[in-house]
Amino acid sequence: MAMSAAALEMQDVPGPLLSVRNVGKRYGARIGCSDVSFDLWPGEVLGVVGESGSGKSTLLSCLSGQLRPDEGEVIFDTRDQGPRDTLLMSEPERRRLGRTDWAFVHQNPRDGLRLGVSAGGNVGERLMANGARHYGRIRATAQDWLTRVEIDPSRVDDRPRQFSGGMQQRLQIARNLVSGPRLAFMDEPTGGLDVSVQARLLDLLRGLVRDIGLSVVLVTHDLAVVRLLADRLMVMKDGRVIESGLTDQVLDDPQHAYTQLLVSSVLQV
Amino acid sequence: MYVAVKGGERAIDAAHDWLDRAHRGPAEQPALDTAQIRDQMALAVARVMAEGSLYDPDLAALAIKQARGDLIEAIFLLRAYRTTLPRLGASDPVDTGAMRVKRRVSATFKDIPGGQILGPTFDYTHRLLDFRLAADGELPMSDPKGGDEKTLHAPHVLSFLNREGLIEDAADEGADPPDLTREPMELPADRALRLQALARGDEGFLLGLAYSTQRGYARNHAFVGELRIGMVSVELEIPELGFAIEIAEVELTECETVNQFKGSKSEPAQFTRGYGLTFGQTERKALSMALVDRALRWEELGEDNQGAPAQDQEFVLSHCDNIQATGFLEHIKLPHYVDFQAELELVRRLRAGTEDAK
Amino acid sequence: MSEYNFAYLDEDTKRMIRRAILKGIAVPGYQVPFASREMPMPYGWGTGGVQVTAATLVPEDVLKVIDQGADDTTNAVSIRKFFQRTAGIATTERTTEATVIQTRHRIPETPLNEDQILVYQVPIPEPMRFLEPRETETRRIHALADYGLMQVRLYEDIARHGEIATSYAYPVEVAGRYVMDPSPIPKFDNPKLDDCPAIQLFGAGREQRIYALPPYTRVRSLDFDDYPFSASKADHACAICGSATSYLDEVITDDAGGRMYVCSDTDYCARRAEGGA
Repeated sequence: MAMSAAALEMQDVPGPLLSVRNVGKRYGARIGCSDVSFDLWPGEVLGVVGESGSGKSTLLSCLSGQLRPDEGEVIFDTRDQGPRDTLLMSEPERRRLGRTDWAFVHQNPRDGLRLGVSAGGNVGERLMANGARHYGRIRATAQDWLTRVEIDPSRVDDRPRQFSGGMQQRLQIARNLVSGPRLAFMDEPTGGLDVSVQARLLDLLRGLVRDIGLSVVLVTHDLAVVRLLADRLMVMKDGRVIESGLTDQVLDDPQHAYTQLLVSSVLQV
Repeated sequence: MYVAVKGGERAIDAAHDWLDRAHRGPAEQPALDTAQIRDQMALAVARVMAEGSLYDPDLAALAIKQARGDLIEAIFLLRAYRTTLPRLGASDPVDTGAMRVKRRVSATFKDIPGGQILGPTFDYTHRLLDFRLAADGELPMSDPKGGDEKTLHAPHVLSFLNREGLIEDAADEGADPPDLTREPMELPADRALRLQALARGDEGFLLGLAYSTQRGYARNHAFVGELRIGMVSVELEIPELGFAIEIAEVELTECETVNQFKGSKSEPAQFTRGYGLTFGQTERKALSMALVDRALRWEELGEDNQGAPAQDQEFVLSHCDNIQATGFLEHIKLPHYVDFQAELELVRRLRAGTEDAK
Repeated sequence: MSEYNFAYLDEDTKRMIRRAILKGIAVPGYQVPFASREMPMPYGWGTGGVQVTAATLVPEDVLKVIDQGADDTTNAVSIRKFFQRTAGIATTERTTEATVIQTRHRIPETPLNEDQILVYQVPIPEPMRFLEPRETETRRIHALADYGLMQVRLYEDIARHGEIATSYAYPVEVAGRYVMDPSPIPKFDNPKLDDCPAIQLFGAGREQRIYALPPYTRVRSLDFDDYPFSASKADHACAICGSATSYLDEVITDDAGGRMYVCSDTDYCARRAEGGA
């Protein structure tokens, strides 16, 4: 099972964490994504794969509140009000969700960081936005998180510009996870990084997901990433989901012709 | 025993006395005649009217005299005066198509109905200082050939392109434009409000921005479709009469540019427009205004935001008003010693901290 | 100046400004947009404060105008003369006798009372302007009370300098809701904003905003629990009146760089030196 015992204990809620029903987005005559439905459970990682133009990034934007879908529901199990359709929430509610229970990891870390603010300030921002007012504790929490993402805590006052690409990505992850979110959206989190750096990042993510019991919707074109991180998989083509199931099953025994093509195209090294 | 500095009021009075003497200049010279400024420095008067947002050549000339030739100071005088004037109403939109043209050129066609009329322009002069003008010298004048001004009723050049559907429509939606001087500017601003701000914006600032677009900072391939300068009738609807009457004739400069076409496989290609309109003969300003207008339209035309300064609506509109700009810039001459004292204490304290740490 | 209306502005303009003031008082600390008029003095030189004062004055008012705490600084003189000419109201240098006080960069040392109005001249009304230059974005931040960015800036100061490195225009939280810039007063003056019996009005002409603090409003300077706000000043006493509790100007007295400290608030200093409290 994907959840650790600790995470299982935390969850006394029976329903799915995220329920997506018939989400669709059109650009004029062109389909961005269409008729996407799935449930996501606590501690579960769902991979969404497809090539460029498959609609996976559009779907992610629609789910995370960055784009407004034309149809469908995105029901999230909130802590204090039970399951609520986030598309019907007011902007203040949505923004609060975005800095507490939700996380968004951008492909390019510079899109998810404040470049003019120190590492400590970046990690501490969510805490401060949620009312934290003790400098010493904020700083200590930030340093703790830097350690957890394998950044030397003595670099707490350095600016992101002084970090390598891999470090910036890890900083972005720390910045998101510091508020203890239950759901993370990740858009090609390892894209653009060197292979060895990717591997290290994936290990880190896998460990964090297990320790926190985090649910993740992970968008990527890289099948190796989903093999390593995702419990379940959805394959998208031309805006629609054409196959889904347990990761190993889909990758080892693809049913749809397109999935078979994808799987067989991956270089075996 | 230290006595606090006093005498600010006396200092101001003495400063004003000195200013009056400097303003007048040597007593043996005749004082400037505002009529001479109005008629012989017409282009300075035009700029002051355009950016002062007030059409009155006599007042503008007076402002220039009072401001000792500092045009932004003169614009300030005119604006401050304008604030006190009562509002009687809004005129009908002026019909520049019926302009009594003195200058009218188009770069897009060799010849146009009504002709290319150069008018009184510096364009083809050789920029050689003419020492015949020194002191109160004058230039020999030739006899005017058959009247300087033409009553030209020629259609706008762009209307020909419009007839063929080659250029986007400039439709009048009939909405009342807001008044920048009566309501606070709120961003984002629609095109009508932007044009209003640009019309009274600083010529130098807009010149630089327009130039930047030509050099690649959001290039929009501007051609001058038409530049026309001349007198235009201003008409006001009188409720008691039930029709409009002409209340004035004003000189306007109008510039219409033909810019980068847009279109795709499914939408037929069309040229796009830029527009500039200003009081008086103020070509440089009207041309700049048209280029910046077009640059600011990138979003409604579906173009990319290249991050160019001329595309940034908030940047352009917040900084184009030279009275706001010079007021804030020059205010740094005012005493700031209280805040400076606070900074001094802070720096001293921080330095003591680093000293202790050593 | 008989051809101008009382206090220069026409009645319609005054009405517009008063509406903005009332909105500001109803929502303490919220920046109300208003159609600032072109005034006979330059933007940046107090036009916002002058418009608020002009809309507030009645013929019975007694006006005090100070700049850097002093009545005799050039711009204060200029503004006071403007109102003498256009309103004909009585003017005074004594804080205790004034009913309306227009100020730049200081709050008077003498405590104010319920019959007084304090009008501040504001250059930049937006407390987050230098963190986020876009007005469209700061407007949203205020609407959603999403002030994390402000607190981050204070965090950065402590991380870099060991303390919050803002010595004037120190941001405050008003009535537990809006974050406000109190104008470039030294942080030493911030405590006087809190629970003040007078009405406090803030006018920014060039930026076209008015905001306000009704009497007895809770105003808290932003800080951290372990780095609390402190209203610091130079550690000296006034060389003229001896006060150790008023904000001081540093005066360089000779070519060798000799210096002395005197009260910034000239009226307060003069009263103390005379022997009054």
